[in-house]
Amino acid sequence: MAIISSAFAAEGEQTTHEAVGAGEAHHEGVFPPFQTENFAPQIFWLVIIFGLLYVLMSRIALPRVGGIIENRGAKIASDLSAAREMQSKAQAAAAANDENLRRRRDEAQGIGREAQHKIAAESARQRALAESQAAEKIRAADERIASAKTKALANVEQIAVDAAASIVEKLTGAKIDQAALAKHATSSN
Amino acid sequence: MNPEEAAAKSNPIEQFELHRLWPFEINGIETSFTNASLFMLLAALGVVALMILATSKKAIVPGRVQAMAEMLYEFVAGMVRQTAGTEGMKFFPFVFTLFAFILIANLIGLVPYTYSVTSQIVVTFAFAIVVISLVVVYGLYRHGFGFLNLFVPHGVPLPVLVVLVPIEIISFLSRPVSLSVRLFANILAGHITLAVFGGFVVMLLGAGVWAALAPVPILAIVALYALELLVACLQAFVFSVLTCVYLNDAIHPGH
Repeated sequence: MAIISSAFAAEGEQTTHEAVGAGEAHHEGVFPPFQTENFAPQIFWLVIIFGLLYVLMSRIALPRVGGIIENRGAKIASDLSAAREMQSKAQAAAAANDENLRRRRDEAQGIGREAQHKIAAESARQRALAESQAAEKIRAADERIASAKTKALANVEQIAVDAAASIVEKLTGAKIDQAALAKHATSSN
Repeated sequence: MNPEEAAAKSNPIEQFELHRLWPFEINGIETSFTNASLFMLLAALGVVALMILATSKKAIVPGRVQAMAEMLYEFVAGMVRQTAGTEGMKFFPFVFTLFAFILIANLIGLVPYTYSVTSQIVVTFAFAIVVISLVVVYGLYRHGFGFLNLFVPHGVPLPVLVVLVPIEIISFLSRPVSLSVRLFANILAGHITLAVFGGFVVMLLGAGVWAALAPVPILAIVALYALELLVACLQAFVFSVLTCVYLNDAIHPGH
């Protein structure tokens, strides 16, 4: 009811606007979106404004925004590929470094092994020398011992002969020929 | 102020009236610059501000408004590609302009004391006619008479076709009507509802003790306003999605 009464009120109000447009007065009370005299001005301006907007969008805005998005995609892709390249470079450098390290270690181990061998050989040589010297000394000592022993043994024989001669002399009072005794002693030996 | 008077002041239809701001005519056709034209211009300027001014820096790392412009671009581009295929991308500028203009016009219309451009059937119908003309012209240009296959569903026996083809033709002809009325009616109904509830507030305030109830319709307005924001975006989306669907028919007429 309020709406109907307001429609009447609007009608009363619109008569005051009559001077503005001749067409407006014709369709008093008609629902504004259906007032046919409103169609032409709206379509006219819509065509102009929408047409201009379409031109601005299709010529300037959309290529620009599309370009921005594309640029960003290209930038991200190139940055990523650069990063990937750097990474592969770094990996190659790390691998080269590892290889170098391994080679150096092998080298060092080789040097160490060589030194060890040298030292071992040297010490073996020294030991052999010392051993031969010692053996020489032992042999000389042995010889000395053997000669001393024969000498001592010869002395023992003489002593025994002397002792035997003196025993015989004491017992029998006869002088005994020492040479014969010594001859006897050696033959009994 | 008596309630009757208050209701008259808050006439919910008044907001749709056209006021000639700059009356003139060309060749006897009235081409006055009206409040509707003013808000068409504002909507278009809003789109230009968003899509051209905000993107002038062409920043690799976008600011807020440029990010919004890019989101809108990618949203519409995705919609066109999904519904009309890559071949449909040649209509992307048109669909984008349509969507952006309707969206901004709808949103501007929600600001109090503004004018809703899309609440005029003549505007929405003009859009619909442009869309359907584009479909028909491009369909005929691209497929010649093969475009008429659109009305002949594939693999249907002849006796059924006798019934089906007229139905298909009628459904095709009703497309501009449904397309335009959907947008127009949604925006119109929303604005009328908001105005009516606003009128309730005025009436209750002028009705003595009943003024205590005035906050109730205000709460309803708040809720409705949120709904209308949704409707404003949704109807712009629906309009452009259907445009893409119809363009897809023109590109691929065989069902």
